[in-house]
Amino acid sequence: MEYFLELSSSGLVRGSIYALIALGYTMVYGIIQLINFAHGEIYMIGAFVALIVSGVLTIYGFSGISILILAALIAVIYAAAYGYTLEKIAYRPLRNAPRLSPLISAIGMSLFLQNYVLLAQTPDFLRFPALIPDFEFMEPIAHIMGSPELVIVVTSAVSMVGLTVLIKYTRIGKAMRATQQDMTMARLVGVNVDNVISMTFIIGSVLAAIGGVLVGSYIGQINFYIGFMAGVKAFTAAVLGGIGNIPGAVLGALVLGLTEAYAAGYISSAYEDVFAFGVLVLILIFRPSGLLGKAVKQKV
Amino acid sequence: MVDNIKRSLLVALWFVFLTFPLMVVKVNTLKNIVEWRWINMLWVAIGSFVLSIVWRWAMERRQLKSKKAEQGEEESVKPGFGQRLLEDPKIFKPVLIVLALVTLVFPLVVDIYQANIMVLALIFVVLGLGLNVTVGLAGLLDLGYVAFFAVGAYTYGVLNSFFGFGFWISLPLGGLMGALFGIVLGFPILRLRGDYLAIVTLGFGSIAKIVIENWEEVFNGAKGIANIPRPGFFGAEMSIHTATTYTYYIMILMVLFAIFITNRLKDSRVGRAWMALREDEIACVAMGVDMARTKLSAYAFGAFWAGLAGVIFASRNTYINPNSFTFMESALVLSIVVMGGMGSIIGVIIAALVLILMPEYLRAFSEYRMLMFGAVMVLMMIFRPEGLIANVRRKYAGRKVVTEDANA
Amino acid sequence: MLEVSKTMAEPDNILLEVKDLTMDFGGLRAVDSVSLNVCPGEIVALIGPNGAGKTTFFNCVTGMYKPTNGAVMVHPPEGKSQKINGFKSNRVTTIGMARTFQNIRLFKNMTVLENVMIGRHCRTTTSIIGAILRGSKTRRQERETVEISYDLLEKVGLVDVADEFAKNLPYGAQRRLEIARAMATDPFLLLLDEPAAGMNPQETKALDELIVRIRDTEKISILLIEHDMKLVMNISDRIYVMEYGKEIAQGSPMDIRNDPKVIKAYLGEDSDA
Ligand SMILES: Nc1ncnc2c1ncn2[C@@H]1O[C@H](COP(=O)(O)OP(=O)(O)O)[C@@H](O)[C@H]1O
Ligand SMILES: [Mg+2]
Repeated sequence: MEYFLELSSSGLVRGSIYALIALGYTMVYGIIQLINFAHGEIYMIGAFVALIVSGVLTIYGFSGISILILAALIAVIYAAAYGYTLEKIAYRPLRNAPRLSPLISAIGMSLFLQNYVLLAQTPDFLRFPALIPDFEFMEPIAHIMGSPELVIVVTSAVSMVGLTVLIKYTRIGKAMRATQQDMTMARLVGVNVDNVISMTFIIGSVLAAIGGVLVGSYIGQINFYIGFMAGVKAFTAAVLGGIGNIPGAVLGALVLGLTEAYAAGYISSAYEDVFAFGVLVLILIFRPSGLLGKAVKQKV
Repeated sequence: MVDNIKRSLLVALWFVFLTFPLMVVKVNTLKNIVEWRWINMLWVAIGSFVLSIVWRWAMERRQLKSKKAEQGEEESVKPGFGQRLLEDPKIFKPVLIVLALVTLVFPLVVDIYQANIMVLALIFVVLGLGLNVTVGLAGLLDLGYVAFFAVGAYTYGVLNSFFGFGFWISLPLGGLMGALFGIVLGFPILRLRGDYLAIVTLGFGSIAKIVIENWEEVFNGAKGIANIPRPGFFGAEMSIHTATTYTYYIMILMVLFAIFITNRLKDSRVGRAWMALREDEIACVAMGVDMARTKLSAYAFGAFWAGLAGVIFASRNTYINPNSFTFMESALVLSIVVMGGMGSIIGVIIAALVLILMPEYLRAFSEYRMLMFGAVMVLMMIFRPEGLIANVRRKYAGRKVVTEDANA
Repeated sequence: MLEVSKTMAEPDNILLEVKDLTMDFGGLRAVDSVSLNVCPGEIVALIGPNGAGKTTFFNCVTGMYKPTNGAVMVHPPEGKSQKINGFKSNRVTTIGMARTFQNIRLFKNMTVLENVMIGRHCRTTTSIIGAILRGSKTRRQERETVEISYDLLEKVGLVDVADEFAKNLPYGAQRRLEIARAMATDPFLLLLDEPAAGMNPQETKALDELIVRIRDTEKISILLIEHDMKLVMNISDRIYVMEYGKEIAQGSPMDIRNDPKVIKAYLGEDSDA
């Protein structure tokens, strides 16, 4: 039973991280039907910036919580800037191109960013400082769920609630929903579609960076390649939940995270990624619209 | 002009900001030291300033071109380089003869190292030609192409180490295994939309590697399989040098074979269906083309070549392990296809040679190769989606001529 | 609605027989119990305001969508009658019904000739092996494909541009190319979705003649969606009218012109007729 709880907690943590990244995929896909392949790289860059900032701050004598807040803040700002620039350079010129073109461009960007970080920093793993403090009240159940885990789950939950509020109640949220429904119509009624798309990338990148900081601090090390696998998994989660569907992305991420944790714990951890992909393949074959997505017929 | 410079300055400033933490600061979290590399900012500033000017200029030209295309005055005025090369025997013949001579004497005049690299490049030519069918002709974006390459390589490796199969038996078997895997994996996923297909195939690529890594009994796991024999010649003893030269010629034949077959298919009922599928799936099916079958054949056909290339790869290296079959290899082959021009055979050959040989000979460049490939994919999609050498469409002669033509 | 059954011809003299076809998209009933027949040698028009469900009706008949309800029966001149609901569209085409699209769907980066040659796909058999070996049968089929395609291009007046990319053709020519491509599949029934859309009056006139010629010399029946009332009234033998997914009238051009329901539907909708 305890083992089960441990696995559940680890699955929940994974799921929360996947959810943070998956939201970026799902929002972008919902609006421009593009798999933003480079999204995982934004997450990786977020983690790197946080690592660099916290390293510098540590050396200059800052301490504990102030490092965490500053590092996360700067990481988020940078991720947003990267996301914005990425869209402008690699996707905007391809708005009307055949479907595969932006996808190939996205793959190119993903390779580019990975290798950019590799060359500018290092191919090796870097130790990531444990930024998240230990809470005393978590002591009794620390073997099942420690403070970092709690912080990850809570932060993710708060971010998602924030996103939901943003989309439901703000002006930009409404514009986003309108653009998702029908881009041409939205443009006609005066929505600045280009800005909405930029904003979508920015929001997605912010969430991914939050995920990056949390993961770095939780796992304790990062390298230039962490975005790739995380990106694919998060995309899987988004598809699982129904791509374009925001609650779906969260649900899909949790299901995927738990599946992976149980499979790794009870079956074999070597094949962990195989399970994730297996889930993806099965869902695409049997229910391509995902758990919460509606099946749409393509108009002819 | 002034405006142009002002904007480029702003762009440069933006990129200085963007790259600052990653390019300038390098922290060592173990020793707690920071290295500040300020000089990098200068390079970023100058680089992005220049690139931004070039970018804007290229964008303007691109817009001009698409405006022209809208008014119906397409390139047709001036046939492209590829078209001229194919159509004008005056250019075409001498080029071909010189090329054939160079190809023939190449391994005789260079050392074994060079010949070996050339074999590798030719392996990638075959991979490129294979993926070119799947992605370039049929429009199925396969990001796990390396899986079939691995299937071929391990078919030979396993058959040899367990049953002592030789190269020449394993070669066709490797190709067939590739195609078989293509069919088995392709069957459930080919009705997926293009971008989903890309992700699922990416998954297959990763799964293949994980399975190879973890299935010790058959694939010997991460240690890999060693002592794979080079291609044999009726049991004759060969020095490494001769064997490499021999492999080189086998590869040349294989490339010619691949060109021949792909060319025949391109201008056939099957090839046309592949292209139509790429252009418009719905219309294609509405015109009576069986989508599942057509896609599956394109997918399996591409996989077949990867399987063949895999066998040769194993015999060239005499050693294989899972690390030769990562997403990077898939990405590499994909950039070959993208750069060469989707569907264009000459383009793919040139791109494969350039992309494989350049990093080998320009060592300084090799560090940057994946970076460049990434950039190339993005830039090609934006500025030259048809590739360096656009696919030339065959003209079919009219009724009167065609009778003689077909019998010739 | 009642008239349908009265005027219904004998089954052995019908090519396409659609009974009570219904198509739902989620909550939206795009086609609501529509019945329609096409007999050999007929030109039948399907008209109605935008959004009436005409294209959806085509999509159901040609296998793009699986209808929610109802039956689509075909009675090919040769071959057996069958119910084709839920058949994939390539099967429907192979049976002998070919279509064009309202928003043109050509293979843009293939030549005009190749576009038509694709239409021959389902009437030829060359496999991968066959294409590689290029035996005599393959060559014969290839030759026939080219010949037939050239013939068709001649019929629609596009021989001169056979080697152009389809995307470089002017709009009207693209519409005619779609017709040629559909004809290449050897259909007994051609379904044309707004073939005159975007054409100028001269082009429409030529199209008018082309459609009649296809019926008369190629012996292909035609089911046609069209907004150009002049064209419809000129060439149709019978007309069906749809509004909001429902069939509101059917009959000869004369009947339709004077039908108050039709007039109301069109005037009320601020028609584009
Ligand atoms: N794939 C689809 N999904 C949802 N609604 C659709 C789809 N195709 C058509 N519709 C809806 O069905 C109705 C009929 O459309 P359509 O058949 O295109 O009309 P028409 O061709 O008569 O102009 C419209 O309201 C349209 O929005
Ligand atoms: Mg319509």
